[in-house]
Amino acid sequence: MPDMASTQILGFITSRFPQAGVTESADIFSLGYVSSLFAMELVMFMEKTFAITIPNDELRIDNFRTVEAMTGLVGRLRAAAAAA
Amino acid sequence: MEITTAARAGPAAALPAVTGREAARAFVDEHIAPRAEEYDQLGAIPEDLLTRLGQAGLWAPFLPTGMGGSGMDMVTLGEIHEELGRGCSSVRSLLTVHSMLAWAVYRWGTPGQRERWGRALAGGHVLGAFCLSEPGAGSDTSAITTTATPSGDGWRLRGSKTWITGGQRAGLFLVFARGPASTVALLVPRTAAGVTVRPIDDMLGTRASMLAGIRFDDVSLGPEALLGPAGFTSGMVLSSVLDLGRYSVAAGSVGIVQACLEACAGYAATRRAGGSLLRDLPLIQAKLSDMVTDVRAGRLLVAEAGRLKDAGDPATIMATWVAKYFAATAAARHAAEAVQVHGASGCSRDYPVARYYRDAKVMEIIEGSNEIQRITIAEQAYRK
Repeated sequence: MPDMASTQILGFITSRFPQAGVTESADIFSLGYVSSLFAMELVMFMEKTFAITIPNDELRIDNFRTVEAMTGLVGRLRAAAAAA
Repeated sequence: MEITTAARAGPAAALPAVTGREAARAFVDEHIAPRAEEYDQLGAIPEDLLTRLGQAGLWAPFLPTGMGGSGMDMVTLGEIHEELGRGCSSVRSLLTVHSMLAWAVYRWGTPGQRERWGRALAGGHVLGAFCLSEPGAGSDTSAITTTATPSGDGWRLRGSKTWITGGQRAGLFLVFARGPASTVALLVPRTAAGVTVRPIDDMLGTRASMLAGIRFDDVSLGPEALLGPAGFTSGMVLSSVLDLGRYSVAAGSVGIVQACLEACAGYAATRRAGGSLLRDLPLIQAKLSDMVTDVRAGRLLVAEAGRLKDAGDPATIMATWVAKYFAATAAARHAAEAVQVHGASGCSRDYPVARYYRDAKVMEIIEGSNEIQRITIAEQAYRK
């Protein structure tokens, strides 16, 4: 059962590329849709929706390759913020 | 007005900070608009105005107070850039590229980079310029050939940039170059060995924006030159910087339409043709009504993009594309009509509309040409 963050991230990507059939585990870079413009929209969406700041050193391709990876990043950053 | 009183004391006196549209309008009417034709002919913005812009806190007011700014919101910044565009597109252009660099340092910089450059940029003590275009690469950024090669723990920069707004005067360049794996963004001081600035004069429009071509001959840079993440997200630095530039150009373009409207209304109210004032002629009325309508529409589009930026909403990206496309094309269309309303007088330097016409054409090319705008905006049609 996907968590809420996963559903929201997937919903955002699907809203941009409704024809792509993206799933939680799909490599979005292999689909050929990810431009720097979309990457910026995605980061802005995640920061606003989950009230997090993604530091430069977390802006790595592996953190954004799949919805699952992005959900994991959100969870880590939320946990770090809560612990601070 | 306080601004007027302070300004009469001379450029050495401190000016009150411009914090909103009304103050910006007064500043432009006092310090910029009366001399804009002179700047256009001179091909440069005089140092005293650059100083005044700094005294009024106009260079990068969106920076947080810790970096020397005032934390201004983007809606207000858009209103101010509209007013500056109403007075002089060359001045607004300098502020646009400076804002792009200052924003990049704020958004993507390390604490060390913010500390080194923040206050100097906020005060306009160091002016910034944005270096992307090359002789063989304009809209197609994938075609850039300037290279950034790792060297020791830093970088070695080689290549040429052109059409660099503010390049003649800037002290710090934000240079986009081809890195080992992707495009990288580098902060390059003008004083670095191997940097050569060649002025580009006599352009069609924004003639006082002090364009330059810049060569980087084996410029050796330390690791602190790299701005933002390397790797796949490096393109985001470029995208985010261009987004702010587009926003500023959109606002400035609305300012051009407003300037056209004011010039035409003034002229049509006094000039007679066939025994009637121009303002009473239906064909002239049609032109002015379209200006009135489009300036309001453009202003609302810019404000919407600004509100979305302030909210951190990703929808601001597309909203800014739409605002820039609408405002730039409206500016070009109405500036052409403004010349038409003025007749032969509009083709002379006796009226500002010829300058608006030349400047407006530039708006359809910079920060994404009309064609790139339409290609990008078309994607909106397929979003849910």
